[in-house]
Formats: sequence, C-alpha cells, structure tokens
Amino acid sequence: MRIIIVGNGKVGSTLAEQLSAEDHEITIIDQNQQNVDNLVNQLDVMGICGNGASYRVLLEAEVSQADLLIACTNQDEINLLCCLVARKLGAKHTIARVRNPEYSDQLVFMRDELGLSMSINPERAAASELFKVLKFPSAIKIETFSNNRVEMAELKLRKESKLCGVYLRDLHKLFKGRALICAVQRDTAVTIPDGNFMLQAGDKINVIAPAGDMLDFFSAFGAILPEAKNVIIIGGGRISFYLSRMLLENGAKVKIIDIDPRRCDQLARLLPRAMVICGDGTDQDLLDEEGLRDADAVVALTGVDEENIILSLYAQSRTEGKVLAKVNRPSLAAIAETTGLESIISPRALVANMIVRYVRAMHNSMGSNVETLHRLVGGQVEALEFRVSDSFPAMNIELKDLNLKPNILIASISREGKTIVPGGRDVIMKGDRVIVVTAHHSFDDLSEILR
Amino acid sequence: MNRKTVFFITGKIILAEAAMLMLPLLVSLVYHDGMTSEFLIAAALAAVIGFLLTRLRPEDQTMYAHEGFAIVALAWIALSAIGALPFCISGYIPSYIDSLFEVVSGFTTTGSSILTQVEALPRSLLFWRSFTHWVGGMGVLVFVMAVIPLSDRRSMHIMRAEVPGPIVGKLTPKLQDSAKILYTLYLILSAIQFVLLICGGMGPFDSAIHVFGTAGTGGFSSHGESIAFYHSAYIEWVITIFMALFGVNFNLYYYLLLKNYSAVFKNEELRWYLGIMVTSAVAIAINIMPQTGGFFTSLRYSAFQVSTVMTTTGYATADFNLWPAFSKTILVTLMFIGASAGSTGGGLKVSRLLILAKSSKNEIRRMLHPRMVTAVTMDEKPIPESTVTGAFMYLALYVFLAVLSLLILSLDNFDLETTFTAMAACFNNIGPGLGVVGPTGNYSAFSDLSKIVLIFDMLLGRLEIFPLIFGLMLPSRRSITRALTRSGARK
Repeated sequence: MRIIIVGNGKVGSTLAEQLSAEDHEITIIDQNQQNVDNLVNQLDVMGICGNGASYRVLLEAEVSQADLLIACTNQDEINLLCCLVARKLGAKHTIARVRNPEYSDQLVFMRDELGLSMSINPERAAASELFKVLKFPSAIKIETFSNNRVEMAELKLRKESKLCGVYLRDLHKLFKGRALICAVQRDTAVTIPDGNFMLQAGDKINVIAPAGDMLDFFSAFGAILPEAKNVIIIGGGRISFYLSRMLLENGAKVKIIDIDPRRCDQLARLLPRAMVICGDGTDQDLLDEEGLRDADAVVALTGVDEENIILSLYAQSRTEGKVLAKVNRPSLAAIAETTGLESIISPRALVANMIVRYVRAMHNSMGSNVETLHRLVGGQVEALEFRVSDSFPAMNIELKDLNLKPNILIASISREGKTIVPGGRDVIMKGDRVIVVTAHHSFDDLSEILR
Repeated sequence: MNRKTVFFITGKIILAEAAMLMLPLLVSLVYHDGMTSEFLIAAALAAVIGFLLTRLRPEDQTMYAHEGFAIVALAWIALSAIGALPFCISGYIPSYIDSLFEVVSGFTTTGSSILTQVEALPRSLLFWRSFTHWVGGMGVLVFVMAVIPLSDRRSMHIMRAEVPGPIVGKLTPKLQDSAKILYTLYLILSAIQFVLLICGGMGPFDSAIHVFGTAGTGGFSSHGESIAFYHSAYIEWVITIFMALFGVNFNLYYYLLLKNYSAVFKNEELRWYLGIMVTSAVAIAINIMPQTGGFFTSLRYSAFQVSTVMTTTGYATADFNLWPAFSKTILVTLMFIGASAGSTGGGLKVSRLLILAKSSKNEIRRMLHPRMVTAVTMDEKPIPESTVTGAFMYLALYVFLAVLSLLILSLDNFDLETTFTAMAACFNNIGPGLGVVGPTGNYSAFSDLSKIVLIFDMLLGRLEIFPLIFGLMLPSRRSITRALTRSGARK
C-alpha cells in the first residue's frame, strides 16, 4: 500500500519503521529537513520537507495515489486539517492523532463529515493499556482477541513458580483448564516451544487462554497479586488523568502526586474522588509518607523517562505491589528491562501498534485476512487472528497431519462462540477464527502457514 | 566499519559482473573471433571470487554512510580489476596497467584510450569495452539494486555514493523501484537510439557500440576516426541529440512519464544546461566558419563537439585541435562544467555550479548588507546549508586533487596543453583532450605512473571524490576511536 505519514516525531518514525518493514511504500513529510534526511538514511522510504497540511506539499507526495494518510504531528489542528485536505485530494483513508478530548469526542461527526477513518489519542490508549495490566497485576501485558473472548498474557516466571523445570508436554497434568504457552523469551532469544521444551525461572512466557480460564491459570501458577485497588500515580499528565478516571470508575483508590500546584488544582476539580498530592514525586520521603509500602500498584508517569525508571526501581525495592513505568525511548526501555523492571509502557509504541493493526485490517479488505494482530516480545513474534474462508486448502484435516512451516503454533480456534485450545486431533473448519503465533512476519492469509 | 557487509555486497556485485561477462562471450561465439576462452576465464574467476565473498554472509547487515562509500569504492575497483583481464589475457593489450586503464576508462564512461589501432581489436573485446560504458553510466550498484534486493533498508547510502550530483533523491518510496525505473528509462532511450542509428545505415554491431558509448556518455567507438568515419550528417545529428538527452537528469524523464510537465519546464538545471549548450554551439560555429565555410556545416561540427564535451562523452567528428583558440577555450571550459546531476555524464555538474554561483552571489551581497539573511534556492525550493557547504568542499577537493595529479603528470614532460587537458579529460570523464591526447591521438605515450594517476582521476571523477577517499583512505571507525583513546591515554 502507499502510505503517507505526516510528522516525523516519535510516533511517525516508529510507524515508518514498522510499516516499511512490512513492505508498504512510505512517504514521510516533516518540516525539519535534518529530521527527514536522517530518516531517509535509515529506512527505505521517501522523505519530503514541508508542511503536511499544505496543498502543494501533499500534491508533491502524490496524495491522490495514497491508500492511507497518517497525520501524527504534535498539533491536533494540523493533523485534522491535513487529513481534510488529503481526503479532498483523493487519499482513500486518513488517520489523525487527536489528543484533545474536545475533538476526539466528536469522532462520529468527524468520520462522517470530514471523512476521517480513525482518530487516535495516545494518552488514552496508554491509560487503557495500563488499566488492563492493573487488572491482572501478575502479567506484564494482556492482549485480547475475538471480541475479548480469548486473552493472551505475558508473564515472567519467578523462582518459586511451580512451572519452573516443567516440560510443556506435562503441563496438562498440572493444570486442568485450557491454556497454551505459545512463546517463550529466554534472555534475548525467542522460541515458539513444543512439548519437549522445559521452562526455567526467568523465562518470559506468553500464555493464551479463553477469558475464563486465564484467571485460573494465574491462580494456579502466578505469584498471585490481586486486582490493584490502591494505586499511587506519580506525575499528573494526561495519561494519569485518563487512568485515574478508569480506575476510579472501577472502584479503586487513587493517589496522584504532581509537583505543579496549578495542575494539581485542575486534577482535583476534574477527579473529585481521587486524592491529589502536590509535591515532588521523586522525593523518597514523600513517597514513603504517602504509603508507598501499602500500595497495590505504583505507576510512574512523569514526563522524563529516566525519572520514571529510577522512581520505579525505588518503588520496587519498597513494595510488594505492581510497579509500572512509562518509558518512551526504545533504547531506554531496553535498558530498563535489564534492571528488572517488567512492566514498561511506551505510548509511542502503543499508538504505532494500533495503527499497524489498522493498516493490517485495511490490507484485509484488499486481499489479506488478518482480523487482529498483536506483536509479542518486542515485535519478534506475532499473534495473528484469521477468519477461515473457503480458500483455505487444509479444511477438516487433523492438526497433527498439517504440514506447517517451522516456528508456527496454532494457539486457539474459536467456533460458534466456543474457544478450543487445540491439540493434534482438532481440525480447522470454515468460519472459524484461528489464532496463529509465529516468528514469521507479514502473513496475510491463513494458507501461508502451510508449507 | 562493518567490513563483512562491505565484502558481502562487493561479492554480489562481482557475481553480477560474472553474468555481464557472458554478453561479450556470446558476441564472441556469434562472430567466431576466438575470444571465448579469455572471457570464460575472466567470468569463472569473477564467479569464484564473488562466490567466496558471498559465503561470508554477515549476521549484522546494517550499513551506514561509511559502509556505503566503502562498498562503492571497493566494488568499482574490483569490477575494473576483473574487467581488465580479457584484454590482458588475449594479448591485445599486453600490459595489465594499460588494460586496467582501458577498462576503467570504460566503466567511468571516460572514453580515453591507450589503443593506437582500435580496428585491430576482435569484436567481442570491442563490445566488452563499450558495454562497460553502458553499465558504468547509470551505475553498477544501481543496476544490482534494481535486480537483487539488497537486504538492508539503509542502502540509500550506496545510491547516494554512486549517483552523481549534489542532491540525490528517490523517485518512489522504494529504492528498488526507483532503480528499476531508472534502468527502464535508460533501456528505452538506448533502444530508440539504436533503431535510429540502424535507420541511418549503420550496421547492428556498430550501432550497439555507439549506443553504449552515447548512453553512458562514454565515447569508445569501433573506429579510430570515431563518428567522423561515417561522414553522415544524419548519424552525427542523432548522436548529438542523444548525447544531450543522456546528459539530462533522468528524474526529469520520469516526471515526463507522469505528465508532470511543469516540474520539467521549471527545472533550473535543465534550462541552464541547454542554455549553455546552445550558446556555446553557436559561438563556436561562428568562430570556425572561416575554416569550414557555411554556417550550417560549422554548426553541425560545433554542435557535435559541444554536445560531446559538455556531456563528457568524447566522440569526435572534427579534429578540434586545429580550431581557433577561442573555440578550444570554450570546449575546455565545458569540460569542467559537465552534464546535469543524476545523468550519466561527468564533470562538476551544472547544478553544483549553479549552487556555487548563487551562494557566491549571496555572499557578495552580504558584504554590502552585513545583516542580510539569505538562502540559496533551486527550483524555488531552499537548499540546505549543508548541501551548499558540500558543493564548496567538493570544489576545493576537486581543485586540490586536480593540481596534485597535474604535478605528477608533468613528470612525463609533455607540453602544458597536453598535460592539463589529459588531466581534465580524465577527471571529468570526457576522453580526448587537446595536443597529444586530442581527438586523433591517444594516451599510450604516458608513463605507467601517469596512467595510474589518470586511472585514479577517472574513478575520482565518476564517483565524485568522496566515496573513493572515505571508502578507502580512512581507517575504520573503531581504529580511529582506538587511536584517539590511545593518544588520550598518553597525555
């Protein structure tokens, strides 16, 4: 597909990297020449220097030929204008990053009247991701498939876990429910394991299970942490606001610490049920005083990556609860993971993932059949959900007889509202939703898993 | 520097050369000129070296600017070293240095020759000599990129190092597609010229040779007298026009295909390129009228010579050694101006000179208005400061290296005109100069040392200096840092 990305910021460049790796033709527009040059040197994309909302620049980028335009500059208004102009010039789809809730609340109007296909609010997306993790604190990450009927969780095996030293073929002896371990990360290497794989302490595993069984799996093996009911949030930015609102609606107690009195004042008015503390979140005395020890979860959301990392390291040393940190720069996130921090959220990666998912879905309507796409373990493994169409050649053949490519796992089959965690005797039938976990990239159709 | 990647990709390019050597082999089989074994040996050697190098498949294939430069430099040297073998083995050019000179002159589309008797060469060698023009003109690595996808997304560095001109842009988001478009345009234009030459009564073999020479703006001919051999105004005009066409930035042809006419008409470089060409042709035509008689006859000669020198091709229909000094001076000036950026021609390039001129104008105005803020613009778009400094730096290095090679060449004790134009003709990838190396002469009289210097001049001119210097002369980044830390430790 031909895709134009306007704004080569954090999200823009991540998107350009991921989408060009998927063999789309990318043109990137940015005001800053240096910025564009750097990207063009790093990726096989075309760069244009100029204002992406201007008619001339968009014409130069051949917007009329574009299948998709993604506007992700740091200004909502520019993004909207850009999409508007692009749409009038003939771009087939447009996506805008819109931060301001006042705009994003009118999405329906924008979709119908301005022809906007999707609007993305990075902060809200990050908040809902954080919220999901706080519901399952033992997991590092939770993803959902098939309208939330299937869940996939990433968790780290602690030393005391009963799973350590277990061969996967023996897993069913320990756990009677339905669950499948579909990817394991050991150090930096990722495996899609088979029955002869033995789990070890320190492995990061991805488990896929029907929604009901996931809780059982966690209570059987996880170092169980209950749903977080008492949360401290450090930093009072937009993500904190969205997250607090979600947590409060869910009945949790929320404490927000921010250094700026005016922002505290605002938050106090917006979130009357939250406790807002005006103080320096990096001050350890203050954190202890505000009950760091008793918190179920601590979320570090200040604007500085380094501060968040240090804060969470301190919090981790003081509390048994879940510690989450926002780290935007990918290089820092990698370093932070080596220090033992597990749950790291990067809004930019999230937004990029959401858009990549949308692009895949769009690609669907143009010949591919991917319903949902999740990237696991740093993008090295993909979990894809396909709907089985007539063209699938291996219908009604038992899975053990299928001739699959290496490094592929059929993780789940949903049929008529029921979810099967498949064994060798199950079959794929027409109309099923099949989740495939694979180390290959850019599968477009289920039949590609076959040799 | 990631040496493994450099060797790996160079290996791929050497493999591509092995494939290219099959073409002259085919010619040799068709004409039974007994050169089969020579080409087979060269191709087999290329295949073995290429195969061995590509066996070292590196884990990490990332390329940065430094790797890009190194790949281009190494690939061009390796291509020439292997491409020279058929000449040397066959015994038609017994000295390896001479063979190397001939083939570098081919790949860099210079067209300087050390041969005294061109017609004596067997057809397959003539074909190979000219075919190197065709491949070298658009770029060997660009060709490889069009055919094999290079695994790394940073391969833009290679394209930038190989395609001439101060600013290198892509036509489409994907590099491979851009490379394909360039080669398709190149093929189409070459095919049109081939048909037109055949219509003019030239034989198919000679037509192919002259198409290669024109398309790559090289200048090797199958006859010692070059195009003058045919005594045909039609052939001369066809070649004149096609030389001029191949000296135009190829991106503009793509715009024409896209029906984006305004981008073509508004292109400043094209206007200046054509303007300079027409003005010079008319000026010389008037100047040489007393010698030829009749304006149109002299225009025929002057247009051809202007086109051949400005696009840095190097064919000849007249011995301009005998022309008045004014005409000769115009031609020498045109040697330095050269063709457009992104074409197959050499020289300083019109766009680079435009940037230099505009920037100089701004600087002069700034002397009167010290607080004036200026920007250099091309095609109504501002040019980044770094490009402008790059152009100045290029000019400075160019002059420095030119003077250096001039000094070494002067050891051979030819007259100044010969020495200077030999250097200029090689550095700017033209071919013939004035004096001993004029259109009727050749380079065989120079010493081996001078020939090596000229070989480097040709490569420097074709690759625009930087790749050759950065790619080969600088130690790897790691050894620089090592040296730095060591010197720091001593303090």
